[in-house]
Amino acid sequence: MIFKIAFRNIFRNTRRSLTTMLTIAIGTAATLVFGAYTVYVTYGLQTGTVDRVGHLTVYRRGYFDFGSGNPAIWGIPHYNDVLRLIATDPVLKPLIAVATPVQYVAGIASNSDTGESRTFIGTGFIPSDRDRMKRWDEYDVGGRTEPDTGLRDDDTSRGVVGAGMARVLGLCGQLHLGNCPTLPRGAPSDTAAASDVAGLPKQDFSDLVSRDAPAAKRAAVLPRIDLVAATAGGAPNVVDLQIARVDPQGVRELDDIYVGMHIDLAQQLVYGRGEHRATGIVIQLHRTEDIPRARARLAQLYKMHGLDLETRDFAEITPFYTQALNLFRSIFSFISIIIGIVVIFTVSNAMGMSVVERTDEIGTTRALGVRRSGIRQQFLVEGILLGAMGATAGVVIAFVVSFAINAVGLTWTPPAQAQPVPLKLYMFGAWDLVGWTWALLIVLAAAAALLPANRAARLQIVDALRHV
Amino acid sequence: MPGASTGRQGGPRDEPVVRLDRVTKTYRIGAIDVRAVRGISLAIAPQRFTMLIGPSGSGKTTLLNLIGCIDAPTTGTVRIAGQDVAELSDNALSDFRARHVGFIFQSFSLIPVLTAYENVEYPLLLTGVPAQKRRAITLEMLEAVGLKDQRRQKPNELSGGQKQRVAIARALVKRPDIVLADEPTANLDSETGASVVALMRRMQTESHTTFIFASHDPHLISHADDTFTIRDGGIVAGEAAP
Repeated sequence: MIFKIAFRNIFRNTRRSLTTMLTIAIGTAATLVFGAYTVYVTYGLQTGTVDRVGHLTVYRRGYFDFGSGNPAIWGIPHYNDVLRLIATDPVLKPLIAVATPVQYVAGIASNSDTGESRTFIGTGFIPSDRDRMKRWDEYDVGGRTEPDTGLRDDDTSRGVVGAGMARVLGLCGQLHLGNCPTLPRGAPSDTAAASDVAGLPKQDFSDLVSRDAPAAKRAAVLPRIDLVAATAGGAPNVVDLQIARVDPQGVRELDDIYVGMHIDLAQQLVYGRGEHRATGIVIQLHRTEDIPRARARLAQLYKMHGLDLETRDFAEITPFYTQALNLFRSIFSFISIIIGIVVIFTVSNAMGMSVVERTDEIGTTRALGVRRSGIRQQFLVEGILLGAMGATAGVVIAFVVSFAINAVGLTWTPPAQAQPVPLKLYMFGAWDLVGWTWALLIVLAAAAALLPANRAARLQIVDALRHV
Repeated sequence: MPGASTGRQGGPRDEPVVRLDRVTKTYRIGAIDVRAVRGISLAIAPQRFTMLIGPSGSGKTTLLNLIGCIDAPTTGTVRIAGQDVAELSDNALSDFRARHVGFIFQSFSLIPVLTAYENVEYPLLLTGVPAQKRRAITLEMLEAVGLKDQRRQKPNELSGGQKQRVAIARALVKRPDIVLADEPTANLDSETGASVVALMRRMQTESHTTFIFASHDPHLISHADDTFTIRDGGIVAGEAAP
């Protein structure tokens, strides 16, 4: 009977109830749509990050905190053995999609044709592994966040540069890079101080270059740059890199200094003819949720084999990921709180008016023998029903909006990424979000009804019966 | 005992179903204390048609509220069916009302969102009567008040007389010890009022329930077994029903 009375009372004042339900519905839909967008951004950011840096990276202990300034001395010795140990481990093997070594290097890049040079930060990788990593799409974000490297495992002479690096080194024309400004006439220029590398006697390094990269002679049509870095022993070393294409980086600071190359070339630059090591072993898992399990097993392996290594996950390696996520989460929380407050006030107001209008009815039912708790329950149930109907309508609206937006095929470029991706709302599948939002709105409606319900329960029967 | 009995239907004088002992009720309106009931003592015999009569503001309704356990006396004791109601908690009082007291209000006070059937059924739900029995009793009561065919109609679809019939059925459906009616014919035309009075009288005769009215409707008063005339919050002794 309590539900019957509640349900009928909701539709006794149809306009007020519909307005209240519509407010709840719009609040629910807004929360869900932005929540679905946040889920999508989370998955999109994660996919874009994991595509580049994998889920986990194995470093020599201490590198992550102290070694980035001099990767040469923090290399993992016998890294192929470590890689084999990880890739063949019976626990890790089924979890791993890609396990591949990387070599970081920093130095000066110069274009001898233009005389331009600048510092660079380079990553050496195995091209096929890198391309496989870029195909990871656990959450079906759709649309590749990054294209393939365009490099081959059997050609160590080629590499890629960020669009900013190409611009600074004057490679835009040769690389057919669109939207690339040229140096304005009359711009400050000091060729004498432009680059130490440009000033160095070229014949000293050309021999080195020719020895280090014999394949370069076979692809003379590609633009070339020289990369200079200090070896592990402290001596300067230089290699010649043919730029196969531009690989834009989402962050300008990185885009201006990025150079990607075959790991052999990076190792050549850092270790020369010495023992080739790797800065890290990047591990990409099939599923992100396996990170704790994989990390624990790696720790076991280090201990069992006496390896002085440590593991870092992508969130640690890429603080931007966590920062961007926290930003979206805080915006989502802020919007949710605002919507929650609106819902509370709307429901409370509607229920308060209902109590006033039904004061005589409250007196009658109390006289008939309904306890105070029964009156409280009656109004609480009405608040809950209002909340449930509004929230349910909101869920339906949110699904319709999501379906429409997903069907339109909008694209956007996520933070720190260079390639546009489809704009999607992850409503289908985000059942936790839907369930929790729906339940939370109902709880809020119930909480909002509590105050009027208590007021109704506290009414004196004779006063209520006298109410006009 | 103040008050007088007409003794017209001559029911047995059993243990009183209602006994008030030096009951007072004072309301505070702003800074002024208003004494609505001034030391009333009375006993009402069971299974009688008892009338509290008097002019407006005499304290009839307050007395009815005290007997109905929906208001508490400032001083004195109220015993209903042998129970001192002051000893009951708020919940126990609600349960007591649900089982022992029926109300018929001047303005009918039906629950507007419920049908005639559901309004009559409502008190049985409060006392936990099983569904099948509840249905049988409700239909029987609706038939008794001549509204079986209107059982699916809501109060706003019923006439004033029909509403009061539903209210009577609602008050009687749980077979209470006492039924309290405050000006039950005040909102009805004389013809409808007469038919409602006749119905209440018939129902009282059939159910042997104690009916206590607050009224100044001469037609209703003419049906009284016992009358108590109230004036200025006190009972005027020796008055009999017309």
